[in-house]
Amino acid sequence: MNTPTTVPTNVPTSAAANVPALDIQGLHLRLPGTARPVLAGVDLTVAARETVALVGESGSGKTLTSRSALRLLPLKATTQGAVRVAGEDVLTMNPDQLRRLRTHTAAMIFQDPRAAINPLRRVGDFLTESLRLNAGASAAEATARATRMLEAVGLSAGALRQYPGQLSGGMLQRVMIAAALMGDPALILADEPTTALDVTTQAEVVGLLDDLREQFGTGLLFVTHDLGLAAAISDRVYVMYAGRIAETGPADALFNRPRHPYTAALLNSTPRPEAPQGRLAAIEGQPPSIQEELTGCPFAPRCRFATEICTERMPEQLPVPDEPSHLVACHHSDQLAGSLIDA
Amino acid sequence: MRETNPQPAPTAGATILEVSGLCRSFGSVKAVDDVSFSLSAGMSLGIVGESGSGKTTTARIVVGLERADTGQVLVQGQDRTARHAGRGRAHRLARARGIQMVFQDPYLSLDPRTTVEAVLRETLRLHFPKADHTGRIAELLGQVGLGPREAAALPRRLSGGQRQRVAIARALAVEPAVLVLDEAVAALDVSVQAQILNLLADIREQTGIGYLFITHDLGVVRCVTDDVIVMRNGRVVESGPTAQILAEPQHPYTRLLLDSVPRPGWDPRHIAAARRAL
Repeated sequence: MNTPTTVPTNVPTSAAANVPALDIQGLHLRLPGTARPVLAGVDLTVAARETVALVGESGSGKTLTSRSALRLLPLKATTQGAVRVAGEDVLTMNPDQLRRLRTHTAAMIFQDPRAAINPLRRVGDFLTESLRLNAGASAAEATARATRMLEAVGLSAGALRQYPGQLSGGMLQRVMIAAALMGDPALILADEPTTALDVTTQAEVVGLLDDLREQFGTGLLFVTHDLGLAAAISDRVYVMYAGRIAETGPADALFNRPRHPYTAALLNSTPRPEAPQGRLAAIEGQPPSIQEELTGCPFAPRCRFATEICTERMPEQLPVPDEPSHLVACHHSDQLAGSLIDA
Repeated sequence: MRETNPQPAPTAGATILEVSGLCRSFGSVKAVDDVSFSLSAGMSLGIVGESGSGKTTTARIVVGLERADTGQVLVQGQDRTARHAGRGRAHRLARARGIQMVFQDPYLSLDPRTTVEAVLRETLRLHFPKADHTGRIAELLGQVGLGPREAAALPRRLSGGQRQRVAIARALAVEPAVLVLDEAVAALDVSVQAQILNLLADIREQTGIGYLFITHDLGVVRCVTDDVIVMRNGRVVESGPTAQILAEPQHPYTRLLLDSVPRPGWDPRHIAAARRAL
């Protein structure tokens, strides 16, 4: 790790301590005026140097889960459980600790780089602001680090003097990645960081994130709706549905041997260039509304394997036989053994 | 009910849209550079490209939201690019009945103060002033899979997928020969996207409408188009039957686009290198 001298050394570095970059245990999150918790018992870990993908559709709670690592939660949200970033519980931090967390320990890259940067300030001001305000770095120190980080993401120091409007979407997302690296974080949270980019630019940004994760020893939580992208880039995948983890495991296991009907249905409904032409196996219906109380499995109304037990009892997360790291929350996961993808 | 539409229903196989030698510059940038293609009734043509390829400008010229510098757009044999194409209300309505468009963002393309039923009624009243529209509205809603609850709702009460269904129903209301879909499923969740793509396939089968499908997603192209043109920097770099182009791409840019689709075993560094080499 090339931690520069400008950054205070009291920052916990997860790579050395061997604690997970992110460790979420039993996270419940409730918003006022809703019938059920938005997050209902989420367990998720990201080890140092690991890439983990969190997959789900709108409203599944994937963005809230990733934002909980920075305690960027809606007003009046009540939480239960623990969210530890590099070993420290984020939910109980005081404002000082929280500021340090957001400056140094964890950083977030958002979907739309143009919405996340002030268009009236130069890129250099944007990159150095947090170090100068929160870490007491001098202008020269902060600029030197900004230059190094810009080079790490493949931009020249000339970008420091430019305005966001002068950069393309792909270049601006590189600036965002450089900004995320400024505090030498233990954890990077990337919320759909390539959704607004062209496909060929997406490949470039993903390759860059992977290089930097290796080089700086950070853990990477990659939030996406694209199961294909998740399988392509991550070590492990979590699939979320209605505020719960439906299935988690190694990327290739989830992609090739999904054991949750929702994961399988998502794979089947994704249009692929190599697939045969014609109708897709779409999932009928919609995810349950946040105003709907759930007694059983949230996917049951749309599931072709659903039986009585599914509407009566919430399935527990259990390991798949012979695959201890592959967990699935489904009463009928054994029915998916074999190749459901071909079904 | 339909006799109010002056245009005859296109016969299958007839060319309903013919674009030739389309050019459009913005300052020194050639956004669209000599683009030609044609679309037959009941067929679906995809235009694939990345930002700046000119695919959206092409679509906007085709529907008449943008003017071409040179070139010609014929919809059912009628020239739409000529300056004498007619500026009056009757001409505009006639042009609208030839071609309709569905936009990318279902959150921006509907009036937030108008209920779904009122949206459809307004469109129908504008184009077919003498008919009674109640039956036709129910028919359109049924066609896109919406019920009476959605009909009475304001757009903000609807999900993204439901709004896009409304936008499709509104476009179908005037029975156009061509429907232009500009990234119409790009903003939707995967499971909703699949529902809308299936819906579009059904509608084409039932009505014999032609689709011009603008997208960056090769999976979507595979799913809903018969033919495809690949655009880059304003020019068409490759065109032909979709199955053939996706199976045996000839142009290196088409190959790069195909390789860029994430899948297990995907190598982003290789793609980045290929992109720089191009």
